[in-house]
Amino acid sequence: MSEHHSAAEGHEHGDHAGLTKGKIWQVFGILLLITVIEFIIALYVIPHGMMTQKVGNYIYIALTLLKAFYIVAYFMHLKFEKLGLQLCLTVSFIFIIYFIVLMLIEGSFLNIHMLHNS
Amino acid sequence: MNAVSQLDQVKTGPWNGGRSPWSVEYGKIMMWFFLLSDAFTFSSLLIYYGAQRFSKLTWPAPDKVFQSIPGIAEHGAPLVFVGIMTFILIMSSVTMVLAVEAGHRRSKKEVIGWMIATIIGGFMFLGCQAIEWTHLHHDGFWWGHIPSAEELKHFFLKPEDVSLVAAQQFANLFFTITGFHGFHVFSGVIINIIILVMTINGTFEKRGHYLMVEKVGLYWHFVDLVWVFVFTFFYLV
Repeated sequence: MSEHHSAAEGHEHGDHAGLTKGKIWQVFGILLLITVIEFIIALYVIPHGMMTQKVGNYIYIALTLLKAFYIVAYFMHLKFEKLGLQLCLTVSFIFIIYFIVLMLIEGSFLNIHMLHNS
Repeated sequence: MNAVSQLDQVKTGPWNGGRSPWSVEYGKIMMWFFLLSDAFTFSSLLIYYGAQRFSKLTWPAPDKVFQSIPGIAEHGAPLVFVGIMTFILIMSSVTMVLAVEAGHRRSKKEVIGWMIATIIGGFMFLGCQAIEWTHLHHDGFWWGHIPSAEELKHFFLKPEDVSLVAAQQFANLFFTITGFHGFHVFSGVIINIIILVMTINGTFEKRGHYLMVEKVGLYWHFVDLVWVFVFTFFYLV
């Protein structure tokens, strides 16, 4: 039994061979670059009035999701898994998006009604 | 053959679940779904933080709360220390992925080297977080504790912005969320140490594959992933 098991896994390794070292360092470079861009926005662009904090926040969130994509897709290898697993793990986040929308609406409602008793 | 040993037999037909639709090893699928549930937990915490922040008229300014580099500068260096922490965690994610890559080639020596590097990165991150917590605690922030209204003026953008409720919510949520994340980093380091010992003992060499390194790697990358979000929502936004 155990022999059969490891033989099957050996075959599997051939199927999705891991990332090459070059690719790993490339993804690291991208992650580092995105972080550096975030720092430039936070320490230079916004304090010098070239961008409002609000626009900056949208850019931060977009860059964060981009970083998340690179970590999940390459480091966690999800890009090379089958479509079924990819969908199971990502589509579930519809619930989280729904929850975010709900709670931010709730927060804004409280914000409007807080003027007189903060 | 008796009835019990028949039950023990592995079923191979497609109708008996004998097919693996995703061609992913069992433990790896379980790790993925554990991480999905863990992502929901972290999402809930961060969404509550977002709702609180949205509901308040003002909020402590991150650039004013986090502006020291312990041991080097007390003031005037916003984001630098947390930048170092982020770099350490991304770096340890890279060494983890390199350990997995070495595991694919069954190179025991390289796996050991990269796992040690990952563990050191984890401890460095935890050390930085301990310093960060101590610093904030010295400022007067803690669960259920905030500095006096006079001192709080240094932590808001404008002196008239000071809100005791917002400051308290910030303190509670900061320590809860970074604490929960730090706890994950700590468990990750412990698990990494266990895997390192197993590698040194040759357990995976005998087993014929280093899949365990990959499964632990998934957990470690997830910890890095959560930090990316914590960093954005506590320090940048």
